[in-house]
Amino acid sequence: MEFIVIIISAIFVNNVVLMQFLGICPFLGVSKKVETAVGMTGAVTFVMVLATIVTYLIQNYILNPYNIGFMQTITFILVIASLVQLVEIMLKKVSPALYQALGVFLPLITTNCAILGVAIMTIQKDYSLVEAVVFSAASAVGFGLALVLFAGLREHLDLVELPKGMKGAPAALIVAGLLAMAFMGFSGIV
Amino acid sequence: MTNKEIFLRGFFKENAVFTLLLGMCPALGVTSSAINGLGMGLATTFVLIMSNIVISLVSSQIPDKVKIPSFIVIIASFVTMVDLIMAGYAPALHEQLGVFIPLIVVNCLVLGRAEAFASKNKLVPSIIDGASMGLGFSMALTMLGAVREFFGAGKMFGITLYSENYGMLIFVLAPGAFIALGYLIAFIDKLRKA
Repeated sequence: MEFIVIIISAIFVNNVVLMQFLGICPFLGVSKKVETAVGMTGAVTFVMVLATIVTYLIQNYILNPYNIGFMQTITFILVIASLVQLVEIMLKKVSPALYQALGVFLPLITTNCAILGVAIMTIQKDYSLVEAVVFSAASAVGFGLALVLFAGLREHLDLVELPKGMKGAPAALIVAGLLAMAFMGFSGIV
Repeated sequence: MTNKEIFLRGFFKENAVFTLLLGMCPALGVTSSAINGLGMGLATTFVLIMSNIVISLVSSQIPDKVKIPSFIVIIASFVTMVDLIMAGYAPALHEQLGVFIPLIVVNCLVLGRAEAFASKNKLVPSIIDGASMGLGFSMALTMLGAVREFFGAGKMFGITLYSENYGMLIFVLAPGAFIALGYLIAFIDKLRKA
């Protein structure tokens, strides 16, 4: 039951992109086509779950016992940056097909604040390791859901006639606002 | 490029939020009031100036291969400083900004300026570039915060202007952030062309 609450809350009620504003850059940047949005989601899910596990272990077995919690930001970002590199190298060797699909998105992920944000939130919420994995996976699914829905909307947006000043970023942001409004309907479920 | 041109470019012509669309996460996430926007903007400005100073001084010593990781470590150190200083001297604001303070480290604006400007330029232009980009970012966040606070809660910088009951609550909530920023970008763009 607890897990279901965490999952529903992370995907719908507290959606990382639309409710917590994490990972807006890829949300606006790579959401012009549904295919690229799906690819980005795959890469983010992979890295997010891995990064959350590693940072969780570091926080609880290195930072906390030695009382150096203030090093959190520095260690976490370094771990994420090197993890992304590692995943990139391994993927290239192990699964060239998957690398083809996700490769271009991997370098972008280091500066995706959703990854660092979810890692820090996991620590703040005092989850156990299993809960942390569930939470990060659900957050990644929430990110993907928002990204794919938005990409679908944007494909249609290209065909619509807009006032000249509203073309591009302003229209995209307002559509994102409407999507966020739709997600507000989920508030109160959990 | 003269120092004045560098400043004007960072502050207005290539404004981080309105033109370059960088640093959108904090721009949307913390701007439920003008004060929060200003606080976040100034914290980012501090990190930008300090990291630009250090990077312009040491970048010639850093080998190319470890450039980006070293920049990230330098930026992360200053972010940690800001985090601790804010927690000590402005606990209320620190509470409000929450997870977005450690997230300054992944703000593309900071790393972008380090890589694109500070690592290639001398000390003084780097300071001016950091200050102008940071102040432009602060201005954008404060404007967005003021608009959302005015329409959403009937206040401006915490001062009540009209009754909250007539406010449109949506502007303080998440969707209002996207919508207000969308219209602000269109409006600023119109001003620029006029």
